[in-house]
Amino acid sequence: MLKIEKLETYYGNIQALKGIDIEVSEGEIVTLIGANGAGKTTTLMSISGVVPPRSGKILLNGEDITGKAPDEIVPMGLIQVPEGRRIFPDLTVSENLDMGAFLRKDDAQIKRDVEYVFELFPILSERRNQRGGTLSGGEQQMLAISRALMAKPRILLLDEPSLGLAPIIVQQIFDIVKKINEEQKTTVFLVEQNANLALKTAHKGYVMETGRITMADTCENLLKNDEVQKAYLGM
Amino acid sequence: MNSTYFIELFLGGLTRGSIYALIALGYTMVYGIIQLINFAHGEIYMIGAFTALIVSGALAFTGLDPVLIFLIAAVVAVVWSASYGITMEKIAYKPLRKAPRLSALISAIGMSMFLQNYVLLAQTSDFQPFPELIPDLAFLDPVSNIMNTTQFIILVTTAVVMILFTLLIRYTRIGKAMRATAQDKIMAQLVGINVNRVIMFTFLIGSSTAAIGGVLISSHVGQINFYIGFIAGIKAFVAAVLGGIGSIPGAVLGSFVLGLTESFGTGYISSDYEDVFAFAFLIIILIFRPSGLLGKPTKKKV
Repeated sequence: MLKIEKLETYYGNIQALKGIDIEVSEGEIVTLIGANGAGKTTTLMSISGVVPPRSGKILLNGEDITGKAPDEIVPMGLIQVPEGRRIFPDLTVSENLDMGAFLRKDDAQIKRDVEYVFELFPILSERRNQRGGTLSGGEQQMLAISRALMAKPRILLLDEPSLGLAPIIVQQIFDIVKKINEEQKTTVFLVEQNANLALKTAHKGYVMETGRITMADTCENLLKNDEVQKAYLGM
Repeated sequence: MNSTYFIELFLGGLTRGSIYALIALGYTMVYGIIQLINFAHGEIYMIGAFTALIVSGALAFTGLDPVLIFLIAAVVAVVWSASYGITMEKIAYKPLRKAPRLSALISAIGMSMFLQNYVLLAQTSDFQPFPELIPDLAFLDPVSNIMNTTQFIILVTTAVVMILFTLLIRYTRIGKAMRATAQDKIMAQLVGINVNRVIMFTFLIGSSTAAIGGVLISSHVGQINFYIGFIAGIKAFVAAVLGGIGSIPGAVLGSFVLGLTESFGTGYISSDYEDVFAFAFLIIILIFRPSGLLGKPTKKKV
């Protein structure tokens, strides 16, 4: 579904991605783990077209999307929930959801999708007229995921959904991610620092270090791998 | 204290405030979206005034109804100024989008000087009379000592523009896109908003309202030259800062506060200090509310 070949991205003269290869198949949950500053967020921003790569290729369902603008990529069904949630603070919960459906015109279906995300996260329904900036961290993460679902993702990119949240909320969010993957058949590409949880949720994993992919395997094998255990699982 | 004089000054202040508000909208919107003080914005207002002058001059011999001529001149001025605004963004600011903010600011000052001098060369530095096209409205006769026809038109037009503008920002698709972009540019891209188009539209709207202000004030004052945009631009900028730069209601509030301060200051104290009142008031407000009347305190990253 998503195929990344020899991707290189720079910030000015600094090379953040040094030729990475990643493949995400339809229906899978694939995770990318790594320490702070490894280039995980850059990888997602390059895929979404916010930070265009200098070389390499990004294929979405076989179509080359390298160098395309974000507003061309979103309608193709590749949707990102960025790091730090990035809720529009002065828009209400409902308006934030509307923004997720910005490029859609099927108003009736949009309404049904709003009902669907309110079923997933009932708290958002209670807060629908509240400004996004007033929500708690966990509620904001729920809103961020819901806003992404409003765009009808075929593949969902999640950047550090566990960041700064209480463990019980993190579990709740990961359960929902699995549910979306199973019920909606949405492919998920999950970037996480919380390696333990990520590897237990996903099917396949990549390990990233300073702009390079150093390991790629099934999550089962990665959980058993000595290096991964030492460096990322604290064992 | 004479109450008629007070009302006259009050209405005078509202009139000034209206014009400032029409210009300040552009400053505050552009700042809200791309964090740039567009110093050439006052020049757009001036170009709007000149365009209306030229069009109405050209139409004067057609024998059309003066009111119709005024309306045509105003529409052409708005369209022409909007195209100036968009072009300005394309050539002076867009290439500097990723450059340090100071570079774009200097580019804005350069743009301002260029447009002023270009109109100076084309139109000379003399004040040009602006034709009186709007006939006196009969129902204003009883109150003509405190409010004349052009003042009335300025107030009504500004009110209508403000209402339309509010509806546009609140309820339309592009209005929502503008608000989202102002709040978080990267997230706006991630939901599929074409940020370049939003920025272009922001310049279009800001230039249009400034041009409306330019046409209105010209028909009120009756004369224009290449320099009117500079001082009006600075005042409207003051108004936008006073209200909290980036905030749309703030810009409107700041404009009326500034207009009234100037009007009462010149009316009760001395007209020699007109500009002093504006800037003294700005300084006082900023001492107590550094981010303006309705501005948000700047967030510190921790």
